[in-house]
Amino acid sequence: MTTPRTEQDAAQLRQTKRSRRASRVAEAASAGVKVLLVKIVLLGIVDAISVYALFVLVMKQDWVVVGLVAFVTLVVNWIYFSHQKLPAKYLAPGLIFLLIFQIFVIGYSGYIAFTNYGTGHNSTKADAVNALIVSSQERVPDSASYGLTVLEQSGEFSFLVTDPDGTISVGSATSPLRVVTDATTDATGKATGLAGYTSLRFADIVAQQQAIAALSVPVSDDPNDGSLRTPDGSSAYLYVSDLVYSAADGTMTNSSTGVVYADNGKTGSFVAPSGEELLPGWKVEVGFANFVHAFGSESIRGPLISVTLWTFAFALLSVLTTFGLGLFLAIVFNDLRMRGRNVYRVVMILPYAFPAFLSALVWAGMLNPQFGFVNQVLFGGADIPWLTNEWLAKFSIIFVNLWLGFPYMFLVCTGALQSIPTEIQEAATVDGARPWQVFRLIKLPLLLVSVAPLLISSFAFNFNNFNLIYMLTGGGPRDVTAGVNVGATDILISMVYKVAFVGASRDYGLASAFSIIIFLLVALVSIVSFKQTKALEELN
Amino acid sequence: MMVKKKALLAAGAVLAAATLALTGCSGGGAASTASSTAAAGSGSLTVWVDADRAPVLKDAAAAFTQETGVEVKLVQKDFTKIQDEFIAQVPTDKGPDITIAAHDWLGNFVANGVVQPVELGDTAANYQKVAVTAMSVEGKTYGVPYSIENIALLRNTALAPAAPASYDDMVAAGKAAGTEFPYLVQLGPDADPYHLYPFQTSFGAPVFGTNADGSYNANDLSIGNAGGEGFATWLGAQGAAGNLSLNVTSDIAKEKFLAGASPFLITGPWNVPDAQKAGITVAVDPIPSAGGQTAQPFVGVQGFVVSAKSKNALAANEFLVNYIGSEKVQTALYKVGGRAPANTAAFEAASSDPITAGFGKVAATAVPMPSIPQMGKVWQFWGVTEAAIISQKGDPVALWQKMTADIQTAIK
Repeated sequence: MTTPRTEQDAAQLRQTKRSRRASRVAEAASAGVKVLLVKIVLLGIVDAISVYALFVLVMKQDWVVVGLVAFVTLVVNWIYFSHQKLPAKYLAPGLIFLLIFQIFVIGYSGYIAFTNYGTGHNSTKADAVNALIVSSQERVPDSASYGLTVLEQSGEFSFLVTDPDGTISVGSATSPLRVVTDATTDATGKATGLAGYTSLRFADIVAQQQAIAALSVPVSDDPNDGSLRTPDGSSAYLYVSDLVYSAADGTMTNSSTGVVYADNGKTGSFVAPSGEELLPGWKVEVGFANFVHAFGSESIRGPLISVTLWTFAFALLSVLTTFGLGLFLAIVFNDLRMRGRNVYRVVMILPYAFPAFLSALVWAGMLNPQFGFVNQVLFGGADIPWLTNEWLAKFSIIFVNLWLGFPYMFLVCTGALQSIPTEIQEAATVDGARPWQVFRLIKLPLLLVSVAPLLISSFAFNFNNFNLIYMLTGGGPRDVTAGVNVGATDILISMVYKVAFVGASRDYGLASAFSIIIFLLVALVSIVSFKQTKALEELN
Repeated sequence: MMVKKKALLAAGAVLAAATLALTGCSGGGAASTASSTAAAGSGSLTVWVDADRAPVLKDAAAAFTQETGVEVKLVQKDFTKIQDEFIAQVPTDKGPDITIAAHDWLGNFVANGVVQPVELGDTAANYQKVAVTAMSVEGKTYGVPYSIENIALLRNTALAPAAPASYDDMVAAGKAAGTEFPYLVQLGPDADPYHLYPFQTSFGAPVFGTNADGSYNANDLSIGNAGGEGFATWLGAQGAAGNLSLNVTSDIAKEKFLAGASPFLITGPWNVPDAQKAGITVAVDPIPSAGGQTAQPFVGVQGFVVSAKSKNALAANEFLVNYIGSEKVQTALYKVGGRAPANTAAFEAASSDPITAGFGKVAATAVPMPSIPQMGKVWQFWGVTEAAIISQKGDPVALWQKMTADIQTAIK
């Protein structure tokens, strides 16, 4: 297959420019028609979707995304309608995915690390003001419930209310309640209409509900007496609001205590002179505050060193143990004298086939000191605290990770071993090398050439192996006298989870800052290791 | 030629998918904006609901639409993901008008400004008091409750014919039954403060003190009072006596009870169907007091809340207060979920079932699980300290006071 093609290519090279164009026309006229059709249809679909998206986005006035979508669509059309740019044709889809799912996500996390995004700061200032005002509406305790009919007169809404005594009054946002006597009432005595006004039915109310829900009718000329509002359009209640927002100077004032909460421009919230903070606040950029917090606060700095050490130890030991066992088994099962090798190989790969978090849960059950399989059956009912003693828990974590991880190394090493030519081995034997020497001086270095990058990626994976830690020990056991929510088997990523996500509160800013730090650590280790493995490649 | 054509086809397909994904990213928001602008005009409600309750809500929604002309769109969601998604989506205007919620999410919702108060008006009297209290934050009601859930004492009537009057009674009856465990309560490596809470309250040591209106006062951390120390001492003694074991996880507790290895299990209604399936005749009793006072478990209340950014607040209120809150819908919700209804009339009807009545009786004396944000910081110290006390890792009172100090520092 390859040989004729090469010849053809060589022949093509010799062709003149003119004949190349001629052959292209011929190609387009023959088999190329179908391809061209498919291309046009596919690009048509893509363009149709893009145009639809553009319409929607223009309506939404999201100009940055409009620009992006238009640009990407143009570039894609340009690439695929052009006759050259073959590499771009292959690379473009992958690049687009890379931009959306990798670069954008990483960039966004990086941005979040410099904000206070999280519980209490998850939206804009306008939303925070709205939420504070809405929540500050307080129904006057034990006040009456008024029967309500919403009236309309030349575009202005009024409340026609019947209090529990049967007194009927009318009022609007601009004119306080006044008693009326000429209203029409239904059988229950609730006023339903008033001359000169139109009574709204529920459907009309729903159509105008934003205006009606915002309507507040003062009960008297004194605003402190409160005002009537309706939550559902059929009854009204007396409310007082204790927070007043002043848009001019951007402050919240508590009208009952007189305390002024000002936006200090730093924390993204309204803060009183006493330091009391109103929640919700809003999202603001906080510079390096999250990084300072990550290293500055005692609850994090205290355990940080021991956790970092354990993370490195865990990742390193995981790689070494899984690689060691995987390599040993690969060599054993690679020996042609062994019978039933395929059966063993399948059995060996089984742990790899189970979802890791499920296996971790099963192991957690098996390592239960009193009822677990390990203590009950293997240790004859001994009470060994596998997961609750600091050092045994560390051992258990590495052991379970060995069980989970060796099949991968076994597979990789089997493949790599089989690709090492047997002649080299034979030559070494002829030269008088002993089996151990053959392994150490010939097989292992050749193996490492292809396996070393995988070992590095395995290290990076285990560095962030959140599932295993979380499912097996939850980071425990914890020293309760230390006063921090970090246990003996917590690695960096599980510590970040515990520190940034306490209960239901989420501190995405801090979590992102930590992610960047972890990313830098892993990147550093990987770069150094890859540099080292360059030396190995020179073996070949 | 074949090779080239295939590659081109594949590339085209990938490109189409890529562009779809790209426009999906930006277009997702755009589409829902379009729908919510439409919503403001015609009046339609979007409601997030979990799969179990969706069929019931469908009927209620149909009735509501017929009567008011307001369309209700039900969106099925995974219940465990609703809290985070609601908080993330409401600020972007993509959230629903109404969502189903557990009451202990409310503190978080309020701190994030994603919910608005709901005025129950005179209908507040139609609900059990604990349900309305649970749905309130700082005295304001934020949701319409539909169910109440709490733990109680599950008794295997074949092994223990009578309800125990006190904790000692229960242990004695358990020992008399000659089973492997005198009683069972699920713990784990980090204990289980939720299941141990009734014992703690029986010593008079609630986590937080309460205000006059029944809401929790975060400034009054009462867990470390004299009662708390009494509870810690008791916990240590029970751990030493082997009545409490950290090795009994939730799975093991249930499995052992189903196997008849204990006459008693402290658990919630969720384990009753399996016990009955295992052929055990169960009765539901109040949890016996260990410290002399009433053993009050936590109550979890579920309900529906309205988004702070809903453009259909009136219709949403109307739907919740007058439809979801009605006896008919609450009874229907009880039938699919088995959780005791929050509506008093519906609850009384459901009480013809002795199991529901038994849990309901305990709920009447129970307390809502605190929804104030400070509660999140309590859990991280609470369980491990109980675990340390049970496994005899130090002086119970000293450990308990250390925990109280740690919590106090964390919630400041």
